[in-house]
Amino acid sequence: MPGVNSTGTAGFLQASTWARSRRGGLVIVGSLLALLVLVAIIAAAIGAAGIPVSRLPAALGLVHGSDAATLERDQLVLWSVRLPRIAVAVSIGALLAAGGTIMQGLFRNPLADPALVGVSSGGALGAASVIVFGDRILAGSGIALPFQLLPVAAFVGALITTYLLHRLSTRENRTSIAVFLLGGIAIGALASAGIGLLVFVADDRQLRDVTFWLLGSLGGATWEKAAILAPFLIAMIAAIPFLAHGLDLLVLGEAEAFHMGVEVERLKRWSIVLVSAMTGAAVAFAGVIGFVGIIVPHLLRLVIGPGHRRLLPASACLGAILLLGADTFARTIAAPAEVPIGILTALVGAPFFLVILLRQRSVIGL
Amino acid sequence: MTAAIETSGLSVRVGAKALIDDVSLSIASGETVALVGPNGAGKSTLLRALSGEIAPSGGAIKLRGNDPRAYRPQVLALHRAVLSQHVNVAFPFSVGEVVRMGAGETRGPAVETMAESALAEVDMGHMRHRIIGTLSGGEQQRVHLARVLVQLGCGETKFGPGVLLLDEPTASLDLCHQLDLLTIIKRCTERGTTVITIMHDLNLATLFARRIVALHNGRIARDGTPESTITDDMLAEVFRIAGAVNQAPAGLPFVLPHAATKRSR
Repeated sequence: MPGVNSTGTAGFLQASTWARSRRGGLVIVGSLLALLVLVAIIAAAIGAAGIPVSRLPAALGLVHGSDAATLERDQLVLWSVRLPRIAVAVSIGALLAAGGTIMQGLFRNPLADPALVGVSSGGALGAASVIVFGDRILAGSGIALPFQLLPVAAFVGALITTYLLHRLSTRENRTSIAVFLLGGIAIGALASAGIGLLVFVADDRQLRDVTFWLLGSLGGATWEKAAILAPFLIAMIAAIPFLAHGLDLLVLGEAEAFHMGVEVERLKRWSIVLVSAMTGAAVAFAGVIGFVGIIVPHLLRLVIGPGHRRLLPASACLGAILLLGADTFARTIAAPAEVPIGILTALVGAPFFLVILLRQRSVIGL
Repeated sequence: MTAAIETSGLSVRVGAKALIDDVSLSIASGETVALVGPNGAGKSTLLRALSGEIAPSGGAIKLRGNDPRAYRPQVLALHRAVLSQHVNVAFPFSVGEVVRMGAGETRGPAVETMAESALAEVDMGHMRHRIIGTLSGGEQQRVHLARVLVQLGCGETKFGPGVLLLDEPTASLDLCHQLDLLTIIKRCTERGTTVITIMHDLNLATLFARRIVALHNGRIARDGTPESTITDDMLAEVFRIAGAVNQAPAGLPFVLPHAATKRSR
């Protein structure tokens, strides 16, 4: 029935017209934003030093607080610990999920994820090289290694990996899914070997830095880190209108996209740079966090459809919600210890990935 | 009448191998041409060169007076549309969404009307909310035809009737829908669209096009009406088939092969 979203088998075959309409898309993105705010309030309130929701407005400076001592303590916790961590978690979640979405569009493959195909490892290799070699070079000078270098190095590592992957898997405008996934595994293994080598040559202090960083945690979140992530987030949001249409048409194939008027080479070039920058920035501050980039776009495609104009902003929102929720869970479940967030996302994400793989086996021709 | 597409001394080489070798063609605006030839004759390569997808190694192509690769892709898309043999939609887009893709970034009531009438034309209006990946191959091909019709429609409003390039459009269709598709494309030609289509089925080609270009090893072996091109002579030379051409009641030649020739290369 046109216009009716029926259930059961027909519901699977039939696209929901409301969720795919412009209005439906706005409502869904709006709801996701509201949910993000709700999760952020919960994340701000709970933790080792709890701030009851009733005291939050005062600590945020929205209303006048009564008890000066409590207020001061709340404000310290909120402004120097919780809020920067929320900002970093939200940014990284949004970057990971939207990065996965762009990569899946670029490679026309719902299983493409920067962490899965070695791009995150490439970024990690870049960052680890800077930690070890940068430290050596600066050893005598007494200058501390600027942590702003990490995202740049991770970006370069991720860019090289993505470009290699693209060159390997695409021949005559056709991307081979098998070569893409297997090539990604090989590149990832190569990058991991490189990291292993770095760990091997590192001295004790460098080793400690690399290891802690590789574990991936949002524990060291600061306003400075959030400020470095912000431009990447802004670039991603600004790029959505320019990429969305091209990525939609790319779904039919590179030749077909060109036939319909897309400047394919330019679209691919910018997508690769953007995905690498987004992945690099996320990896530089949180280590390798997998599966957010697969789960989020896949779930959303089922609801709002694959059109990138809605999918990209919705992915960014849901990715932020997911990572902020996961981080809050990770730091409270075994408090005062923190479960590494990468472990948490893999625990949820890997089974989910298998489900997609089995469901889509026929679709992607594996 | 000016030529919609003109090639002179066109060649496409990959390494030392010439896929297209010294092809000179002039196709008038509104003309319908069927490209025939055995596998590997260079039909698809020629079509890709005409569409601007690949750059020629030698010679020149003029699509409505300009090199197709000199147009910006957005403008080129308004001059010519291409229907490929097999299009695989990687994500769950609905039929309606795929058809509207033909209009590029343009949206609005005009596009909606165009998409609806294109869907009706290919007899897929009742399927507009279906996920395209859940349709049969033939149904998907009809959806893509509708998408291409929308693209042609958009180009027509801007630059007049355009050029339609088809790579074996009937390959995945049953006999009824093969004829339907040819009827739809004929309707386009009546509006002035220039059509160049690769065809494997020589009988459908003679039924459909008044001009047939037979390619052999990247060169034009025959170029003319069905009566003058679909001959025993051509079949022996190009397809290596003996004595297969007969006359249909309407006077058109038709091919019913008995066996391949034993002629060696």
